[in-house]
Amino acid sequence: MPQILVEGLAKSYRVAERAPGLGGAVRGLFRRRWREVKALVDLSFSLEAGELLAFIGPNGAGKSTTVKILSGILRPTSGRVEVGGLVPYEDRLRHVARIGVVFGQRSQLWWDLPVLDGFDLLADIYRVPPDRYRARRDELVAMLRLEPLLAQPVRQLSLGQRMRAEFAAALLHDPEVLFLDEPTIGLDAPAKLAVREFVKRLNRERGVTVLLTTHDMHDVEALAERVIVIGQGRLLADSSLDALRAGVFAERRLWVDFTEEAPALDIPGVQVRARTGRSLELAFDPAKIPAAQLIASIAAAHAVEDIHVDEPAIEEVIARFYDLHDSSEA
Amino acid sequence: MNALRLYFRYVGASIRAQAQYPAATLLLTMGHIGATAIEILGVFALFHRFGEIKGWTFGEVALFYALINITFSLADLLTRGFDVFGTDFVRTGAFDRVLLRPRSATLQLIGHEIRLSRLGRLLQGLAVLAVATRLAPIEWDAAAVAIAVWAVTGGVALFAGILVLQATLAFWTVESLEVVNVLTYGGVQAAQYPLDIYAGWFRRVLTFGIPLACVAYYPVLAILKRPDPLGAPDWLLPLTPLAGFAFLALSFVAWRAGMARYASTGS
Amino acid sequence: MSAALRPYAAAFRARFLLMLQYRVAALAGFATQCWWGAIKIMVYAAFYESAGAAAPISLPNIVTYTWLGQAFLALLPWLADPEVGASIRTGGVGYDRLRPIDAYGYWYARTLGWIAARALPRAVLMLLAAGVVLPLVGLEAWAWQPPAGPEAVALFVPAFVLMILLAVAVLMLANVVVAASLNERGVNAILMPTVVVFSGSLVPLDFFPDAMRPFLHLQPLAGLVDIPFRIYFADLRGAAALQGLALQAGWIVVLVALGRVAMARMMRHLEMQGG
Repeated sequence: MPQILVEGLAKSYRVAERAPGLGGAVRGLFRRRWREVKALVDLSFSLEAGELLAFIGPNGAGKSTTVKILSGILRPTSGRVEVGGLVPYEDRLRHVARIGVVFGQRSQLWWDLPVLDGFDLLADIYRVPPDRYRARRDELVAMLRLEPLLAQPVRQLSLGQRMRAEFAAALLHDPEVLFLDEPTIGLDAPAKLAVREFVKRLNRERGVTVLLTTHDMHDVEALAERVIVIGQGRLLADSSLDALRAGVFAERRLWVDFTEEAPALDIPGVQVRARTGRSLELAFDPAKIPAAQLIASIAAAHAVEDIHVDEPAIEEVIARFYDLHDSSEA
Repeated sequence: MNALRLYFRYVGASIRAQAQYPAATLLLTMGHIGATAIEILGVFALFHRFGEIKGWTFGEVALFYALINITFSLADLLTRGFDVFGTDFVRTGAFDRVLLRPRSATLQLIGHEIRLSRLGRLLQGLAVLAVATRLAPIEWDAAAVAIAVWAVTGGVALFAGILVLQATLAFWTVESLEVVNVLTYGGVQAAQYPLDIYAGWFRRVLTFGIPLACVAYYPVLAILKRPDPLGAPDWLLPLTPLAGFAFLALSFVAWRAGMARYASTGS
Repeated sequence: MSAALRPYAAAFRARFLLMLQYRVAALAGFATQCWWGAIKIMVYAAFYESAGAAAPISLPNIVTYTWLGQAFLALLPWLADPEVGASIRTGGVGYDRLRPIDAYGYWYARTLGWIAARALPRAVLMLLAAGVVLPLVGLEAWAWQPPAGPEAVALFVPAFVLMILLAVAVLMLANVVVAASLNERGVNAILMPTVVVFSGSLVPLDFFPDAMRPFLHLQPLAGLVDIPFRIYFADLRGAAALQGLALQAGWIVVLVALGRVAMARMMRHLEMQGG
């Protein structure tokens, strides 16, 4: 039995349309025109305990609607959802006691209270027995290096410090599943690394199931073995990151720095993507021309200073993925 | 841990948070005392000029004034989360956070913020109660005290009901809910005077619409041991605060409908 | 319009038009003020019925006084301009110093636009409800009466203008204190009860004990409610009315001067701190 089961999930809202101006507001009191917005059309997937899944898609794709349904805030229009055997929106109080949620942009701590006081209050809210709470708290404080922050009011923490405290707060009751909604948004580079490292440890060492939504593709690359891409309320892909990349892009990239002005290259199967002064960015299909052969032929004909091969950045993969998808739909 | 204990933990947390800004909290409390004290000053000025109002003395009106203000200040302390529900929870999305915690939304909302500054109105009400006791023929026997406590409890339920209704409206719109102040602050204003000074339509609104008279006027008559000049039977007077609880119960029916709507629209 | 005044007129207009968009808020405010007015009038009527002879003002006049008070409630300077607080928090104050204009005049115009736009829609609605609808439905006795006569109109117009200018002068002082102390709520907490009592908004000043009258009629806040409204129904006439106007004008001069000095000091302080 999977930990999270989603079958045929659909969610639509009715949005009142109002004519502009005072007249429109008054007419709106008597007769409203409704427009139906389909946030989710048909979404199915399942997640085994201990998996780490990244949920990606553009704004409005239905990511946050899905997370809200999974966490019990929203009730779907149709479809079936079970998390750990419970239907979240039917059994909200029992369900939320078993999950942890971190929103990148919203705090669950008390702005004017010291971090530690907030933890104490959460332990009471989640009914964590005192000795279990102390053990759990000390462990999280050590893992997240929170010791020096405990006595500080939350409002005095930097965003990176606060996110560390948020993670501890979400985990004090030892949840089986952790939902992360844009957890690295706005963080500086070291703080992002710390968050990713922590999530990885949590998932590997403690077996916590993690469902992550993000716009930061580095999060996805660093964390997720499995990626779900949604768009317009539907599942577009459910695979590993590598498979996703391979499916979209057969090509690879070669960056070459020359000692002089970059030459005009004309090699069959190789395309020049960008030229800046002494540098070239090339795209090639390794099935047609292997990397070693390409490098050798360039180095033979020109004076080369530096050279490296890479895959397209994941942002590009995703953008390309949506392009392909849109054109196939059209 | 049971709900009551958690509530007191919320109270403690809220007080500690306000203690971080002692000067601001003190200023706000003083301001609140000032804002409420001017009302009794206005009442006093009118009595100073006119002597009496339809046979009621200043001491008697002070009793009406004191009880309704004590009632409202307690309700205000208890229901802050509902009062700011539209602006601080629905509009900001913070209500999602409430729903993510394994406790009833009601408990979390009444524990949201317990504002010490609101003790200003309570203190002021208690002071006026002392004045009323000196000036008016009130005999604080066990029955009178019991009726006063019972009336205040029913009144807290009534005001809480009004604020729950206001919060319920926020599930539909967050615009201009301050119009509900007509019933809260305006209700306090109206209930500061005995019901029989008002016009008939207004008396009916205050008895059968928003039953403020049931938690203020009628029980105070019982405390003063005065028959109702409007003719309500004596035995009925101490029972009227029940209306406050009925109002609160109805408000929660509406609240539940609002919660269900939120779960299906998320806004 | 002379070029020198243009930035101030623009500041007023921008704020005024923005505030007019809050129509729903205006309707809500109007409903609240109707309710309050009705309660106040019923209380007055009951007192007058008990001992009307003791009253310094007749019942129809106190009814009009109450409706006027409700209609122009939002003109009372009981809340420092929230934009000032916001502009300090966001650092916008710094930009104001960069503009080639008189900072006091600029803020004054903006605050005037804010207060006028908040008050005028409610005043018009209140006039319709209490001055037109009430007489039409046969509640003439509880209606907002027209001014007492041509002389009262001629005196009320300047009194009304002075009342607004005075209100903004008081607000400007509050604004400067907010800017200097960074404590908006504290300032409002003190401002509100002071203004409500001493303007005559709570009860007409003559309802307070007689011994206090000389003081109450000379202090600056009397010009916000008591003086203009009593001019409206000719309780203040002739020389007494002119004296009232002079008092309003005199206090405006004093408060504006005080406000300018305080503001100049505050700006210097900000400059020293580096804003």
